[in-house]
Amino acid sequence: MTFYQYIAEGLFFAFVLLVITGSFITIRARILMHTVMGLAVALLGVAGIYFYLGSMFLTLMQILIYVGAVCIVLIFGIMVGSTPTEIAEKNIKEKKNIFLAVSAAATAFFLLIISLLKTDWISALAEAGDFSVEHLGENFLYQYCLAFELISVILFIAIVGAIILAREGRENKGEPSE
Amino acid sequence: MIFISNNLYTYLILAVFLLVIGIYGLIQHKTFIGMLVSTELILNGAGINFMAFNRFLVPDPATGQVITLFIMGIAAAEAAIVVSFIIAVFRKYHSIDPEDVIELRG
Repeated sequence: MTFYQYIAEGLFFAFVLLVITGSFITIRARILMHTVMGLAVALLGVAGIYFYLGSMFLTLMQILIYVGAVCIVLIFGIMVGSTPTEIAEKNIKEKKNIFLAVSAAATAFFLLIISLLKTDWISALAEAGDFSVEHLGENFLYQYCLAFELISVILFIAIVGAIILAREGRENKGEPSE
Repeated sequence: MIFISNNLYTYLILAVFLLVIGIYGLIQHKTFIGMLVSTELILNGAGINFMAFNRFLVPDPATGQVITLFIMGIAAAEAAIVVSFIIAVFRKYHSIDPEDVIELRG
């Protein structure tokens, strides 16, 4: 094990720590904006995990789509809604769901971990693979062409539907609502 | 010595952790935005799972990347729809608390 491999392992642990810290901030933060910031940290960590799984392209897409686009949309949604302090006070007041949440999470965790450790995973014969973007693009346009086009249609419909939902009832009101 | 970062179980356990945290947040959060954020965590766990299986168990390395990109597209569409839904709900009810929105009329 050389020096560079130690550095790589250390960086991997840093990314895992980023994921864990970010997701704990996400579920424990009282102010909603901090929740989205925690999500951004966790998603950056997941981008690093994708890098260790061998796909530079997915790392860049994760940062571009999730950290760049989805988090911005979420922050926009927060700024439209209630003020942060109101929600924070409400979150402090009502904590009745904690027991249900912990039990559901623990059940899912133990069921999945037990089944995961009991399975014999049969690894691939040859580890050789082509992780290049060209190979990925060929797969997109030959083997998964129908799914690719369907995803485009879904995105298009989602954007049009979002515009229609958000502007509904806007112009037929005489006075601006507060 | 075995590498932690070159082991299938590391990634699977990390994905399970993200799923569990997502379920916890989905139940515990009091706002639509919080629930949406938890859903994003769950989807990322699914993406890590696909990439890990693709890296360690499948000879063709493009499949997992393709499916993970599909998950990203679906998640982006879902986020756009839910945020516009939140805007519409807030305009009508002046709240983004799911428990205030107890009537759904046309």
